[in-house]
Amino acid sequence: MTRDIFQPSGQIQFGIFFQGVNSGTIWKTAESGSQTDFESFRRLVQTAERGKFAAFFLGEGLRLREHLGRPHALDVVGRPDAQTMLAALAAVTTNIGLVATQNTTYNDPADLAHRLSSLDLISGGRAAWNIVTTDNAWTGANFRRGGYLDHADRYRHAEAFVETAKRIWDSWETPTGPARRVLHEGQHYTVDVAPLLPRSAQYRPVLFQAGDSPEGRDFAARQADVIFSAHPKFDNAVEFRRDIVARSVAAGRGANAVQIMPASEFILAATDQEAQEKKDWVRSLQIGPQQAIAYLEQFWGRELSSYDPDGPLPEIDPVVEETSETRGSGFHGAKARQLADQWRAEAKDKGLSIRQFVTSKTARVDATFTGSYTAVADHLAEYARVGAVDGFNISPWLVPTGLDDIVNHLVPELQERGVYPTEYRGTTLRENLGLQTPVRSAESVQVP
Amino acid sequence: MSFSNRNKAGFLAIELDGAGYENLATAVLAAESAGFHVATFTDGRVPGRANALQRAAFAGPVTRTIAVVPEVDTVYTEPFHISTQLASLDYVSGGRAGWIVTAAESPEAAAAVGRSLVQGEALAQEAAASIEVGRRLWDSWEDDAVIRDVATGRYIDVDKLHYADFETPPDFPGLGYSVKGPSIIPRPLQGQLPVLAAASLVGGGLVPADAVDAVLVSAPTPELLAAEVRDVRARLGASVAVVAELDVVLDSRGEAAAWRSLSAQETGRARFIGSAAGLTDLLDALLKEADGVRLHPAALDVELDELSRVVLPELRRRGSLRPPIQDGTFRELMGLAPAENRYATTASGASK
Ligand SMILES: Cc1cc2nc3c(=O)[nH]c(=O)nc-3n(C[C@H](O)[C@H](O)[C@H](O)COP(=O)(O)O)c2cc1C
Repeated sequence: MTRDIFQPSGQIQFGIFFQGVNSGTIWKTAESGSQTDFESFRRLVQTAERGKFAAFFLGEGLRLREHLGRPHALDVVGRPDAQTMLAALAAVTTNIGLVATQNTTYNDPADLAHRLSSLDLISGGRAAWNIVTTDNAWTGANFRRGGYLDHADRYRHAEAFVETAKRIWDSWETPTGPARRVLHEGQHYTVDVAPLLPRSAQYRPVLFQAGDSPEGRDFAARQADVIFSAHPKFDNAVEFRRDIVARSVAAGRGANAVQIMPASEFILAATDQEAQEKKDWVRSLQIGPQQAIAYLEQFWGRELSSYDPDGPLPEIDPVVEETSETRGSGFHGAKARQLADQWRAEAKDKGLSIRQFVTSKTARVDATFTGSYTAVADHLAEYARVGAVDGFNISPWLVPTGLDDIVNHLVPELQERGVYPTEYRGTTLRENLGLQTPVRSAESVQVP
Repeated sequence: MSFSNRNKAGFLAIELDGAGYENLATAVLAAESAGFHVATFTDGRVPGRANALQRAAFAGPVTRTIAVVPEVDTVYTEPFHISTQLASLDYVSGGRAGWIVTAAESPEAAAAVGRSLVQGEALAQEAAASIEVGRRLWDSWEDDAVIRDVATGRYIDVDKLHYADFETPPDFPGLGYSVKGPSIIPRPLQGQLPVLAAASLVGGGLVPADAVDAVLVSAPTPELLAAEVRDVRARLGASVAVVAELDVVLDSRGEAAAWRSLSAQETGRARFIGSAAGLTDLLDALLKEADGVRLHPAALDVELDELSRVVLPELRRRGSLRPPIQDGTFRELMGLAPAENRYATTASGASK
């Protein structure tokens, strides 16, 4: 076996991605619970743990999304701070990993490294950091340094940040001490820190990366343990795996060094037909008439409330040059006019109304697994067999009961097929994911 | 305000730093069942000490009644993060969170984030700015902002969300900054978390007295503590609760406190060294002057034993301790009125 050839593990794992802020989570039904009460989080994480999920993720957004200059009113909005919530969830769980999405642009490396170590120690070695690099002056308006970072520099900055954090976690000569000082002097920040916390049971927090540009992928190939990817569809997943294997081999880390867990959504029932019907119902609640119009308004930059959600796309043109970042990451930078022309053509071609069109754009179309428990289990077993992914990061569309049918029905099917864990392998996230313990880098040793 | 009940029963807080991060659940449960009203979590750059806010968050779901109150620095941390983290702590503890505001005067803390050292009065100004940002962001969602109105498709009522639009004042000593808002989390369960700070940070050109709900008062000796409490109360007025700080070393397990105290660290706080009965008398007297007392045990498990078996039961018998409020909020424990929202369209009067 050579380090340069990828070996599928034959297994898949699950994580839950509690996004908290989106149109994917349905708030309009009687079963929809609170998005902020601790009980919602407790119920979800304990269900996930019963289903032997590897990890519980919380997303992060550091400014409230806006719509035409005001906070966006139609989707779920407002969520607890990831690390604070995860520290609390550590008290009511024993095995599941706790992954905090934390931004490199609006944190200080020494401070964030310390807080992540704290979470790691409090949880007995179950912490992880989902590294994101969202940057813009609009988000920066909430922070002392403002919008100091150019988009082009986001990964250079992130890389120095993560290197510094790793050196802090690496600075212990033995697991408990003594620690060496860590110095970094760079373009954006200077750090001079004597690390305070020892290594955890899993050495240091597991590193996840979410970000899809070529720079983001290279960054992940050099630094991350797991990529939280955006490519769950089988062919795309295989292609993404090839790309990441090539990048991690080029980075000198070996073909199996970086695991992949795509974002995904599951709509399941006893039969395929029931699942399809459920899907229509889910979609109708995710994208209501107002959401459909508001979605277009975001790109048109103007009010479109006089348009019929069940009619064709607006014939008037956008008033903005570029779509803005105020709807969160992933939205900014598109050329609005060009997009509008393209979309009108596409909708006309397929005979889609505004609402149908927006549903096709927003509902996690590629990310959705719809079908009977057995059919979806067969499909996922195929991913495991070829090693397309290491697992799926499931965004439940219902809180707090959104994992119940997955844990009660899908997980046993997968376990029967021998492709899903029946027990936690260990007590740390690193053990449960089957990741290697990091080798202490030589670099920290050189520091005075 | 409502601290006229000064001559009645007070509350007791215990500092849980000694529990580390490994025995946190055991320690906070022991403190709760002993009848302590508040658990505090010291922060600061000390080897082996995990982040205070996260320790408090872990303690939240483990307990039902005790308030969980971390120290959080205001000088080298982001006010926006502090505000949302503390609001989140309030959610995970069911409304039992508070905030001990600190202003780190530490070259190590400055170097860790690559900033120049903040000293003197500038510390209080940094603290005041962070408290103001925190409070504005907590108010930036009105209590009923989440409406879930299916007919109009609106999850929130945008008119009930507000930009904090904070700017540091013109005479701000450090690098000025602004914070936009609104918060990324709805208003905390308590509306406003009780804010505590060392008395030395508050009043007279420092952090304004009406920015905090309680001050922590220190004196060099136990004998001077009650007098210091009276002085601070006279200086800051009746709207601020006063909490006396006391180190305790008790006779325990056949070992005299005097012996045990030889190894205890100097802290600059008043230190009681002696028997559980002697401490009971001192606390009984102190609780007649102060609204509460925070105890810093020399060795958490040793002192907690004596406190829970001897001291607190006797104080309860004497009526000097407020009964814990089952499932109550920290505000209720402190006797604070419900927090009005400064932005609420229907609000009347001042808010804090
Ligand atoms: C699956 C996935 C999930 C993400 N979740 C978040 C998130 O919760 N918060 C956030 O700020 N960014 C999130 N991002 C975006 C990242 O911030 C990313 O770093 C950003 O898009 C810039 O990187 P890129 O240009 O390489 O994509 C996510 C990205 C992906 C692919």
